[in-house]
Amino acid sequence: MAAEPAGVLQPRPTALLPRPGSGGLSIVVTTVVSDSHTWNLVFLQLALEELGHQVRNLGPCVPADEVVTECLRSRPDLLVVSTVNGHGMRDGTLLIGQLRQRAELAELPVVIGGKLGITGPAGLDNSAQLRLAGYDAVYEDGADTAALRSLPALVRAGRRL
Amino acid sequence: MTVAAATLSFGDVVARAHQAGRLVVQPRMGMSNPQTMRKGLLATRSAAATTVGTITLDSYTRIGASAEAAEAVALGMELNGYPLVAHDLATTTGVLAGVMSPDFPVQIRHGSPCPEPIVAALMAAGLHATEGGPVSYCLPYSRMPLVTATANWARSCDLLACLSGTGVEPHLESFGGCMLGQLCPPGLLVALSVLECLFFRQHGVHSVSLSYAQQTNAEQDREAVLALHRLAAELMPDADSHIVLYAYMGVYPRTPAGADGLLAEAARLAVRTGAARLIVKTAAEAHRIPSIAENVSALEAAATAAAEERLAEAPGKPGDTGIYAEAHALVEAVLNLDADIGQALVKAFRRGYLDVPYCLHPDNAGRSRSYLDSSGWLHWSRIGSMPIAETLRPPGSTELTAAGLLAALSFVERKFDEAGRLELPTSRALSAPGPNPGELRR
Repeated sequence: MAAEPAGVLQPRPTALLPRPGSGGLSIVVTTVVSDSHTWNLVFLQLALEELGHQVRNLGPCVPADEVVTECLRSRPDLLVVSTVNGHGMRDGTLLIGQLRQRAELAELPVVIGGKLGITGPAGLDNSAQLRLAGYDAVYEDGADTAALRSLPALVRAGRRL
Repeated sequence: MTVAAATLSFGDVVARAHQAGRLVVQPRMGMSNPQTMRKGLLATRSAAATTVGTITLDSYTRIGASAEAAEAVALGMELNGYPLVAHDLATTTGVLAGVMSPDFPVQIRHGSPCPEPIVAALMAAGLHATEGGPVSYCLPYSRMPLVTATANWARSCDLLACLSGTGVEPHLESFGGCMLGQLCPPGLLVALSVLECLFFRQHGVHSVSLSYAQQTNAEQDREAVLALHRLAAELMPDADSHIVLYAYMGVYPRTPAGADGLLAEAARLAVRTGAARLIVKTAAEAHRIPSIAENVSALEAAATAAAEERLAEAPGKPGDTGIYAEAHALVEAVLNLDADIGQALVKAFRRGYLDVPYCLHPDNAGRSRSYLDSSGWLHWSRIGSMPIAETLRPPGSTELTAAGLLAALSFVERKFDEAGRLELPTSRALSAPGPNPGELRR
């Protein structure tokens, strides 16, 4: 991998050192601005790397404009948004709105998962709303790692192809 | 500040209960609706336990986005905590009127790396106790540079310290003993708790509490809390301070018996180690924000377990696996970096003298790693540049995988659920753990 410039949008791949890619997807893992949870992001990074993907993990509490800037800069194959603090519906909707406003990112495959509301899994309502807002897939709490294995197919079938 | 004048300081209330042999138990509780918040505080006060009140703030207020919080309130959207800054002062004094009393102080819990507006709002409402710290509310929960969070916390402490001399001593609790909730070896938790309290005191807040979160092995935890007592006594012998223990912050058991067993173990640990206060956790919290009734049940269950433990024979001294020596080495190395403790903390993270495993913040060196052994003891597998090589038992070589991480994160859940396996599973068991272990943190 080429050396990358330092800066605010370059969170060093700190706790989890990058592993050499093996032809998988380049994936940005992030959460929403008000969500401070880390373990879901650490888990996703490890699991996606073990499936052969290259992951840039933005860590907790990422403002939407930083996600947009990072996606414009690194042009990943996929953006994975994980949120568990109960504000996913609102913050996740705002995030995808900002992303889809950028023509360059209009076709970027973006998925969201986690605990999306504060009352536990709410069924189709949240999922349908988030898809309508611009997500390509929505995983409610309780989705398993099969969802992660299905991501390459989702990207291949995605808007960009 | 009529409310404050009628209230004892937080530290005094806890100290009195401790002297009387009662464990203070406290919920994590925050609702955006003022009436519901008030009901929660009243229920906490009238629980069959020695309690103090909690107002946990919402995520928007935590990150300084009070406009978003206000917008959400105006739209009638429920937030994951009480928006102290967005609600007007009269609303908050209405929540507190007749709830706070001399022996029932209320602590504001938030998680903010930029807490000045929160501190100003809580002081305006007649409150005087809060928690956090320049490291513990920056690294895990924000992207703010540590140097900025440290300056913010310094100003917030200075502001809070203005209450000294008004008849009530302000109180600050360090969250440093809870870094990331899980998988941080105890020596570093103890060191961070002590360092943050020293920072608070350097900025004029003299009544402090040192935190420690229950980890994955009760014996290791006992040694850690005793190390925390010892280090605090050595470094702040004159302090008005106590130890606050947090019930396990990770993935909670899914059976009622397992969840009860884990909370009871936290209460026993508090009594055995002389911790004065316990932050309880409800079984519901792993899945959603708990109800008031669930919080009250947890408070009462913890109080009962603590009272029973006081009647039991005191355990012998725990072994010494080097937690005190490790914490001492870390604190000493940090304090030697700068006379200003805030600056010392910033330098320490820059050099990797402090390095929190699995913390993704850009200012954390990220070269340390930890693992659990088969009996739940937390060990370092890599120490990066932390100056603890001499105090360390030989580090392991366990390389963490996603499955290994999930196993470590769910170690306690499995252990206590197995112990309680004769209980019928509740509907909670129908929700698979999924890729999002951890509590609902605001």
